[in-house]
Amino acid sequence: MTDKSQHQSNHQPADDSVGVDSGGRAHKAGALDIRNVIGALLGIYGAILTLMGLVGDQELDKTGDVNANLWAGLALLVTAAIFLAWARLRPLQVPG
Amino acid sequence: MSPGILPLSGTIIDAHPVDYLILATYFVFVLGIGWLARRQVSDSVDFFLSGRSLPAWVTGLAFISANLGAVEIMGMSASGAEFGLPTVHYFWVGAIPAMLFLGVVMMPFYYGSKVRSVPEFMLRRFGPGAHLVNALSFALAQLLIAGVNLFLLGTIIRALLGWPLWVALLVAAAVVLSYITLGGLSAAIYNEVLQFFVIVAALGPLTLLGLHRVGGWEGLTEKITAAAGKGGAPPADQQLNSWPGQSLSGFDSPILSVIGIVFGLGFVLSFGYWTTNFVEVQRAMASDSISSARKTPIIGAFPKMFVPFITIVPGMIGAVLVSELADLKAGGTPSGGTGGEITYNDTLLYLMRDVLPNGLLGLAITGLLAAFMAGMAANISAFNTVFSYDLWGDYIVKGRADGYYLMVGRVATVGATIIAIFTAGLASNYSNIMSYLQVLFGFFNAPLFATFILGMFWKRMTATAGWVGLVAGTLSAVLVAYLSEDAFGSLSTGAIPVSGQGAAFLAASVAFVVDVTLSIVVSLVTEPKPAGSLKGLVYSETPREDLVDPNESRFPWYRRTIPLAVIALVMTIALNIAF
Repeated sequence: MTDKSQHQSNHQPADDSVGVDSGGRAHKAGALDIRNVIGALLGIYGAILTLMGLVGDQELDKTGDVNANLWAGLALLVTAAIFLAWARLRPLQVPG
Repeated sequence: MSPGILPLSGTIIDAHPVDYLILATYFVFVLGIGWLARRQVSDSVDFFLSGRSLPAWVTGLAFISANLGAVEIMGMSASGAEFGLPTVHYFWVGAIPAMLFLGVVMMPFYYGSKVRSVPEFMLRRFGPGAHLVNALSFALAQLLIAGVNLFLLGTIIRALLGWPLWVALLVAAAVVLSYITLGGLSAAIYNEVLQFFVIVAALGPLTLLGLHRVGGWEGLTEKITAAAGKGGAPPADQQLNSWPGQSLSGFDSPILSVIGIVFGLGFVLSFGYWTTNFVEVQRAMASDSISSARKTPIIGAFPKMFVPFITIVPGMIGAVLVSELADLKAGGTPSGGTGGEITYNDTLLYLMRDVLPNGLLGLAITGLLAAFMAGMAANISAFNTVFSYDLWGDYIVKGRADGYYLMVGRVATVGATIIAIFTAGLASNYSNIMSYLQVLFGFFNAPLFATFILGMFWKRMTATAGWVGLVAGTLSAVLVAYLSEDAFGSLSTGAIPVSGQGAAFLAASVAFVVDVTLSIVVSLVTEPKPAGSLKGLVYSETPREDLVDPNESRFPWYRRTIPLAVIALVMTIALNIAF
């Protein structure tokens, strides 16, 4: 077991800066914050599904007369917005 | 519309460009994360344990997600289609209690002793004998389970593109390999969290639409009742009530069935799996404090409780809604869209075909591919840790620089992926993948858990007892599987009249009892380790303050380990009563 990186930090840094103790300044996790990554991916999916629900083939025989793409798309957009808002309101500080 | 290079008789799933767009988007994200993480890999601790820097909710979701692969999605829906509601025991009896126990009791030892793997813990507690046995059996188990994931990944690619299974396996192996080599555990954990949301976004609508199609929960129970009892399918009341679950356990007597489920599955198999499986424990080790490490499995328990509703319920729906599966359950042998015979493992794919419109279909394909890739990546990275440090580093080439073992790890990754192609062939012989997995867990995890728990709480237990117990436990489980009706398929002799998952429960229970008994007997006639060397490894020799986080008492109640565990336990009991 190497001892050089057994640092236990009480911060909640994102995935960067770990094990690299260059003594730089603290900064926000930004795009690397996983909440932003989740928000972005779900947001893209929400937009695609909503568009499919509006202009695509609704395939009502499969879904039992529900516009499934539209509803799922809207739900994904709401979830994405929550994650992006959470990351914006409580940003992570990464020790540089 | 098969774009395959080897088009066969047609594809199960008819994917459109929008579905491929959704799939491609996911891979852009995953490769992007891998690329970012790769720039951060500074030394081997970072590569293997993500530098111990992640908050508890991230590791908690990764903890669940690492397990939300083949086992959960295809296996549970297959079991749901075949047996119905008793499958929930894998969650509410077979997972949650063990996860809570791991967080409350065992995690402080893991995190506090700073071991990198479960075999490393065995080394410190029992010395080289138990360590070598455990490292070898763990490495073998990971290769076999990686094969299960790879096999399921291959079936999706086959369903999608119509390729033969072996071509799909090769392609799947190549994709997983590039995925792992791009980033190590840090990327893996991030991807697992991402994948959790994609899977929920895919399986949630699938379940709701399926329920809508069969006429809600009432329509589902009516249709299951109407179809029950034909062609060997279990009677309706056994499919619609979780207890006593004879169809799942394979015991005719309800009392034996309850004992089998509670002791075999709930105690031996599940505690063995969750508390010693380093694929899972590794996620908790990557968290930022002992408090976060303990909360990791406990936070994971909350989503875990509700996973049955999006895996088992769709399986039950599929068995009555999809015509091919209804045929299979009534005793027929329907043939599939790619030329093979349909098995329960295909339930989810057929339900997706019948229920999801293009768009949501793409999301579902993405979720499944992501889950199996991540599942296999987790097996391979656990294999790679154990192989490069516990086997290569301790027994073959000792004392080299960190970079050397990192290189060995990367070579091991390639080797393991190639071997997994062959173990995937083994997995393809089982029509219900859960039975296969439970048999494997019985061989590997049940004796490990017995040795572990005894060694952790009984300081008298000796080094010799450590390895003797492990070897005898595993051999006795193999023997029971051989004597059962079908745990080894046609190789089993049938001398003991248990079949299905009951055979796995029995094998695991026997392994546990044999291991404990032999360990106690051997310990009493051999020399124990000096008490001073057991600090941090045995409960009675470890100071209390080493086992708790000094900061934890300052947290509000909803961030403390014990209150969270109590809430999870109460909710699980309520779910058991409700169903």
